[in-house]
Amino acid sequence: MFKHFIGASVAALFLAGGAQAQDQSIIVQSTTSTANSGLYDHLLPVFQDKTGIQVNVVAVGTGQAIKNAQNCDGDVLLVHAKPAEEKFVASGYGTERTDLMYNDFVIVGPAGDPAGVGGMKDVQEALSKIAGEKALFASRGDDSGTHKKERALWADTGVDPTGGSGEWYRETGSGMGATLNAGIGMGAYVMTDRATWISFGNKQDYEILVEGDEDLFNQYGVIPVNPEKCPSVNIEAAQTFSDWLLSEEGQQTIGAYKVDGQQLFFPNAPQD
Amino acid sequence: MSDAVSLPRSAAALPETDAPLLPLRVRGLTLGFGDETVIDGLDLDLGPSGCTMVMGPNGSGKSLLLKLLHGLIRPSGGHIDWGGQAGDVTRRQALVFQAPVLLRRSVAANLDFVLRARGKDRRRRVDLLEHVGLSHKAAQPARLLSGGEAQRLALARALATDPEVLFLDEPTASLDPASVLAIEHIVSEARARGVRIVFVTHDVGQARRMADDVVFLHRGRVAEHAPAGDFFPVPQCQAARDYLDGRIVV
Amino acid sequence: MQDLASATSLALQLVLSGDADLVEIVGLSLRVSLSATALACAIGLPLGALVAISRFPGRGAVLIVMNALMGLPPVVVGLLVYLHLSRSGPLGFLGLLYTPTAMIIAQTILITPIVAALSRQVLEDLHAEYAEQFRSLCLSRWQSVQALLWDARYSLLTVGLAGFGRAVAEVGAVIIVGGNIDHLTRVMTTAIALETSKGDLALALALGIVLLVIALGVNALVQGLRMTAARQAYV
Repeated sequence: MFKHFIGASVAALFLAGGAQAQDQSIIVQSTTSTANSGLYDHLLPVFQDKTGIQVNVVAVGTGQAIKNAQNCDGDVLLVHAKPAEEKFVASGYGTERTDLMYNDFVIVGPAGDPAGVGGMKDVQEALSKIAGEKALFASRGDDSGTHKKERALWADTGVDPTGGSGEWYRETGSGMGATLNAGIGMGAYVMTDRATWISFGNKQDYEILVEGDEDLFNQYGVIPVNPEKCPSVNIEAAQTFSDWLLSEEGQQTIGAYKVDGQQLFFPNAPQD
Repeated sequence: MSDAVSLPRSAAALPETDAPLLPLRVRGLTLGFGDETVIDGLDLDLGPSGCTMVMGPNGSGKSLLLKLLHGLIRPSGGHIDWGGQAGDVTRRQALVFQAPVLLRRSVAANLDFVLRARGKDRRRRVDLLEHVGLSHKAAQPARLLSGGEAQRLALARALATDPEVLFLDEPTASLDPASVLAIEHIVSEARARGVRIVFVTHDVGQARRMADDVVFLHRGRVAEHAPAGDFFPVPQCQAARDYLDGRIVV
Repeated sequence: MQDLASATSLALQLVLSGDADLVEIVGLSLRVSLSATALACAIGLPLGALVAISRFPGRGAVLIVMNALMGLPPVVVGLLVYLHLSRSGPLGFLGLLYTPTAMIIAQTILITPIVAALSRQVLEDLHAEYAEQFRSLCLSRWQSVQALLWDARYSLLTVGLAGFGRAVAEVGAVIIVGGNIDHLTRVMTTAIALETSKGDLALALALGIVLLVIALGVNALVQGLRMTAARQAYV
């Protein structure tokens, strides 16, 4: 009876294993912001119809996505933290980084707006005001692209918010959606990318309070993982995907994605 | 209960090529737990055949003696010599406990398990069940059997291992008369086939019915060991006389 | 509270309409967690039985380790499996990362200690009852293990259920080694995590309700089996 049992278990294992990706498939290491916005659900069927390549998206923070790609656990990296991406390419892990699209960050807060930052155009000024009032601020705290951006903005203001860590400055250490849920739960200001915010379903009384500053610009880049570092990479398919995203058709498809009538991502690949 | 065809054969006919286990020679057997000595320098000789009834007041060490002889517990001192055999004697014996431990499966499966575990022919199950009168209960859960049925199944299981020596530890205590009779009948048949019986009982009537010889234990020693014909009319030791007369023996 | 009401009606709607994505996700959840449970039982039950019937130096330490491993955090298991299955890890050449197989491996590691430790306890109690009889019958160690496992089968079903419950409910391990890839490695818990992070609490809760109903169904089935067994004095 035990032999049967073990046999069945092993069979079950391989049965399940049989369901793994077919040959023409790639893994894209990407960010929660792009995945949660629903962009991939819009893009990938179009791409797969055209090329037959199946694209599997792993959505984690930018920091972890880069780390995973460095471990050769992906074929394409699609994130938003330009300096880190350039370092990734410079260290030989990526073949080439290309601007793909952008959206922007916004600061959302409760309708009551305790720090009175509503309508401010200068994001650094708004952050200083929040810090000055010691109004609650929920940070990703996870070394993601959004977190890197937020830290850069704080650095501009000269305020070190981590001095208020655990008091008014709350680092959730989790993804964008989870941080929004947490921030809204405690009535804190949150910096989020616009795409996640528009498609976010649990807004309650929150609204966008600060937007439009050039410094809130959020650039996404696409990088095929370098087969010289990672021989397991399906470079052909990875390159096909990257090229398609940057092509006119890919760019139009990105621009056409709308939630509630609002465009979420603005394609800006260099066109030759 | 019919006589079965393929049931425990005489010891001589058993497949084992080892020399016979009997006679048994026990010298200076001692068993203690901490400060308490329960078997205290016991000497015993058992002849090659027959049914030995072991009697004695509670606490005299009857059950422990069986377990020591069967090799389930190690003595603190002394020697147990089964016909000079050095190897595994437990395998050539069987013990039926007072409260039978039956597996959580059907009556038939209880026998199948032992037959398979001991490398016996599993077709013998049918004969064994018939022999103990449980054929009609073969498919029933063993643990729902009545006390007497359960003990008969335990006996069938013991006999399935083709023991040369069969130990019984008060197997009929708290059973109804019909069950007692059935079990005594099965044991007598085994004895007639040459299985050496060592039978612990509290029931003086049962001892009279079954005994070829009687071992009377008192305070961890053999107080008397005599043929049944000598023991019951005139016990030699005071403790045995008191016991047979129904007086409390301390 | 409004979320709860809309979640319940959404859950009903999803189930009744036989939503294809839901069926796929539930199917994968069951396949992964049932496979992991089967493997964990294949490893954990004999292991628990051996420890239950054996006396050896250091046994106390083994018991402490077994019991402690029951509390393995799923994320830690996920991370360890990730580090091994990653392309840059020692088993990377197998190409198992981000596949259901990787998820099965992670959950198997997570729940094998649970199965082993709980079955050890169940079997040790049963062995206390059987030990003397087994010695009288001269059973080998393996025969004893087999007999104990079979006779404790209905109690062990509950042990397996505890393992399955832990596996099907955990998210930390499968999200790391599976990647929560749509149509490939997305299971109930990772889908719930995803919908929560999208702020779609009603859908997340609806999925949670489906998970709960599945758990209830499996438990009811096992309970029914146990009751039948109890009537036959097999428990």
